[in-house]
Amino acid sequence: MTTTAAPLVQVHGLTKRYGDTLAVDGVDLVVRPGEVYGFLGPNGAGKTTTLRILTGLIAPTSGSVEVLGGTPGQARVLARTGSMIESPAFYPYLSGLDNLRLLAEYAEVPRARVREVLELVDLAGRAKDRFSTYSLGMKQRLGVAAALLKDPELVILDEPTNGLDPAGMRDMRRLIRELGSEGRTVVLSSHLLGEVQQVCDRVGIINAGRMVAEHDVEELRGQQELVIRARPLESAHSVLRDVLGPEAVHLYDDTLRVKVSPDRAAELNRLLVQADIAVSELRSTERALEDVFFELTTEEKSHAG
Amino acid sequence: MLGSYRAELIKLRKRSAVWVLFGAGLVLSLIFGYVLPYVSYLTGDDNPQTTGVPRAEVLRGLLPERVLDNTIGGFPVFAGALSLVLGAIVVGGEYTWGTLKTVLTQRPGRISVLGGQLLGLFTMVAVWVLGIFVACALSSLGIAAAEGGAMNWPGPLEIVEALAGGWLVLTMWCLAGAVLAVAFRNVALPIGLGVVWILGIETLLAGVVSSLLPDLEVLSDALPGANAGALVFSVTGMVAADAPPGVRDAVGGGRALATLVAYSVVFVALAAYTTRRRDIV
Repeated sequence: MTTTAAPLVQVHGLTKRYGDTLAVDGVDLVVRPGEVYGFLGPNGAGKTTTLRILTGLIAPTSGSVEVLGGTPGQARVLARTGSMIESPAFYPYLSGLDNLRLLAEYAEVPRARVREVLELVDLAGRAKDRFSTYSLGMKQRLGVAAALLKDPELVILDEPTNGLDPAGMRDMRRLIRELGSEGRTVVLSSHLLGEVQQVCDRVGIINAGRMVAEHDVEELRGQQELVIRARPLESAHSVLRDVLGPEAVHLYDDTLRVKVSPDRAAELNRLLVQADIAVSELRSTERALEDVFFELTTEEKSHAG
Repeated sequence: MLGSYRAELIKLRKRSAVWVLFGAGLVLSLIFGYVLPYVSYLTGDDNPQTTGVPRAEVLRGLLPERVLDNTIGGFPVFAGALSLVLGAIVVGGEYTWGTLKTVLTQRPGRISVLGGQLLGLFTMVAVWVLGIFVACALSSLGIAAAEGGAMNWPGPLEIVEALAGGWLVLTMWCLAGAVLAVAFRNVALPIGLGVVWILGIETLLAGVVSSLLPDLEVLSDALPGANAGALVFSVTGMVAADAPPGVRDAVGGGRALATLVAYSVVFVALAAYTTRRRDIV
């Protein structure tokens, strides 16, 4: 397997329109060699549409897309890309083994590789059973096996843990981490924050067709904030917004999340007390990706509204 | 393209629906070509006024000299409908199962995948035609042996010409099913429309035109079913009285051949154009 120094995926101003519906709206995206890139967004955000464009299944309305130095869908690009888009789709009357054999014919890879990938996804024991008899988890694993047939440099997996039980999800995440540690570049779409947090190096957050953030996972998680529980909460919210600005203060359940250095805790406590607000809790915390995600997607909605 | 073709053969070979269609075509050929006429021969009498056809003439239709009529005589209509179903299920299945996206994200281009599919279908149709011919030949051989009939087989060139003509008829209908499946990304609708066209509408149109609108005969003679029938007449030497229902000798053999080739080319071009340009969702 070879890697190149340039980004493997470069997307600029990507737009896809279906009639009046804007599925993807000016998305910029860069995936670097060797990283596990998480493409995170709620259902219907535009993740699958973007991945379909990256694999050449659909054509963009506008914008530029470069994958492995070529155009999506080119034979030389597909030869180095493995993908599973949306649900795994195979011929129901064929066994898992036969499904992979015929895909190996299409991909022009040796038949011996079929056995290897079946072992890799732990399906060798059921390889001769019909695909239609597989559980959802087995179908997902067969989809991943098909994606790995070509020993690809770039692996694109669209919600690979969908429908898996907890043990299946754990195994799938382990497999994705292994792919990353082998030096492959993985683009993983998911609406599961924990999944992205556990396996990805970088994450792009997409909402309503627009990319709202693209950061290292650690960078996003690592941003510290203060959690404040106070009464009356609305007054505390108002005071802090006046001082720190609306972007820095967010209501989250019955607490305020304040994006400032923990060094300013005493100063903010004094401000609140002076405003006759009772502070019952004030502590610093590291934000979870979930918090970042909801914050960004909520902001996006309020901007759109 | 070769990889796509090999992959397609794996799919076709292992799909039971393909063999069910082939079996249905073969059984229908034998029933209408041999079983029913032979039963009527065995149970009939020599009076042409009672059945319309003398027993000797019925037997003559079952002997090796008429094996080509019996092999491809039904291709323009009933076997054609089965062939259309074959094209529709093979190509449409890729859309209904979503397997087209799985295939297209491997390596081959869209045209290569479609080309492999069509070549696979052409191959299987050829196998089907040969199978029906062998079954018909064995039946006529058995009847000739049992009844002491003449063993006058058509010449090799006649056999090749007839089987090639039959293959073209079935291939044209198969392509019609395939292009409808590409257009509708589906299996059921192409089958419904195609079968209704073959079994009903074309015959109805031909009947209306010949009885009420003779000036429009030029149009009805350009329809695929009419030309399929004409080609079968041309390559077998079948006479109108022996033709299955719906099969008519509307135009000359050369024109029928050119028309069927033109239909096939148009169907392939339409399928290729649509497959190449369309978003796979």
